[in-house]
Amino acid sequence: MDLSSLTVESARRAVAERQVTATALAEDFYRKIAAEDVPIHAWLTLSKERALARAAEIDRLAGKGDPLPPLAGVPMGIKDVLMTRGVRTTAGSKILGGFLPPYDGTAVRRLEEAGALLLGKMNCDEFAMGSSNENSAWGPVRNPRDLTRVPGGSSGGSAAAVAAGTAVATLGSDTGGSIRQPAAFCGVVGLMPTYGRVSRYGLIAFASSLDHVGPITRTVRDAALLLQVIAGHDPLDSTSAAVPVPDYLGEIDKPVKGLRVGVPAEYFGEGLDPEVRGAVEAALQEMAKLGCEVVPISLPHTPYAIAVYYIVATAEASSNLARYDGVRYGYRAPDPRTLSEMYRRSRDEAFGAEVKRRILLGTYALSAGYYDAYYLKAQRVRTLLARDFEQAFRAVDVVVTPTTPTPAFKLGEKVEDPLAMYLNDIYTVTADLVGVPGISVPCGNSSQGLPIGVQILGRHFEEGTVLRLAQAYEHARSQI
Amino acid sequence: MRVGEKDVLYVADLANLELTEAERARLLRDLNSILDYVNRLNELDTTDVPPMAAVAEAGAGDAASAMRPDEPRPSLGRAPGLQNAPETDGTFFKVPKVIDK
Repeated sequence: MDLSSLTVESARRAVAERQVTATALAEDFYRKIAAEDVPIHAWLTLSKERALARAAEIDRLAGKGDPLPPLAGVPMGIKDVLMTRGVRTTAGSKILGGFLPPYDGTAVRRLEEAGALLLGKMNCDEFAMGSSNENSAWGPVRNPRDLTRVPGGSSGGSAAAVAAGTAVATLGSDTGGSIRQPAAFCGVVGLMPTYGRVSRYGLIAFASSLDHVGPITRTVRDAALLLQVIAGHDPLDSTSAAVPVPDYLGEIDKPVKGLRVGVPAEYFGEGLDPEVRGAVEAALQEMAKLGCEVVPISLPHTPYAIAVYYIVATAEASSNLARYDGVRYGYRAPDPRTLSEMYRRSRDEAFGAEVKRRILLGTYALSAGYYDAYYLKAQRVRTLLARDFEQAFRAVDVVVTPTTPTPAFKLGEKVEDPLAMYLNDIYTVTADLVGVPGISVPCGNSSQGLPIGVQILGRHFEEGTVLRLAQAYEHARSQI
Repeated sequence: MRVGEKDVLYVADLANLELTEAERARLLRDLNSILDYVNRLNELDTTDVPPMAAVAEAGAGDAASAMRPDEPRPSLGRAPGLQNAPETDGTFFKVPKVIDK
């Protein structure tokens, strides 16, 4: 069995048809991780006891001839910002270095209940803040396609493991592009569902109005399979949507003829690498051949999205990260003389540089005298961005863009210039700000063999349409 | 320069971060660079544009679906709640005394 080419679909089928036991699969993957992950460093913590116990349960059911849950035996990794009960969860930070969650996040629980084997936790940028996985307190992740380059971030470990074949699929999180961008850099599929589609309960919060949980997979079909399991209202997340979950698998095989695809001029301007442009334009031609109507559109406030994001996200983060104070969990500075010193030193000693930068920026933007000029202003421009999309979606059904302006850059290339790093998110942030779903699928390689991703955005709660086009395109591309 | 050292210290104080000398210099530079960039938002006329604090699409975070009757339910429990505590007496979290500055 070639582990690297296993998908969620083929793995679950192999287990369901008793071709392989869940235990054998788990053990095979653990061997593969041990043999191959050192240079990549996608995995932070392995939860062998838990995974093998679950595998044993599944094998027992299989042995009795009982029906198996939909994802039975599928080996997966979980980004380290998602709580896994009893399994060390650090959010990529020293401040949670030894933290053992007392509960599972809802998406995690749903996957496990569906039979997935949670092999371990994936490396990520600290508190999901980053676009290269160079901000992890535990060391960077390297792109399996070129070990001198970044895998993207913040779900760098999640994307790298799928690309390397040490996990069949993973869960990531996306606040400014953190599922889609690493998926593009690593040559895999990354889906960010509509805000509220998947519960954030158990997702260690970065920016509460922007955080999303979503799958990173080898195929579009796999993303649909996982979304089916994790989507749906959760009473434990007050922002989770009461919108019913459609049958995604039923939707994605429908034809795309007549689908109106919007191409926004603002995503094809200065700063876009010519090879990325070429690959995405070829993808659009392919979509036209499939019967889509390709329509030029404008999303005029696009140039302001990064500015809005870096005010809103940092402001929300400054509030969410106030809880790391050394009192109830996490790192506490040794021998503080006062409570105040305990707070200040615990935070300064254990937070990384990027996290501190963002907390300070966010605090500044919210502080008296600046709140209106920064935070409120950014929220108003956010409305303008939302209106751009509302307008566009009257004329088209989906919007197609490059996922990133360039392929994966070299490790160390952008660490000295935070602003240059932030500009990587230019094509992904708007979807987070507006709450629409988006997927990145591979659409070719650069002349240096580096993956390029094309992004498909849809209306709120129209993941079915997004997945449908993604699948049709993926299938067409596999025929080329 | 938009932000000065005094501002960095003030904001670090608000955020409960004890910055080192080196950190202060670096952050001063970074904050100014970023704030210069975000200043472009002032190019836009946002008179009469309401602020958008959250994605309030139909169904997402809908007030009606987020509310429930005020009935007590089991929550985390003391033992799991204390299990990650840096210091505890078994009942409470222990912290240094608050001393008047």
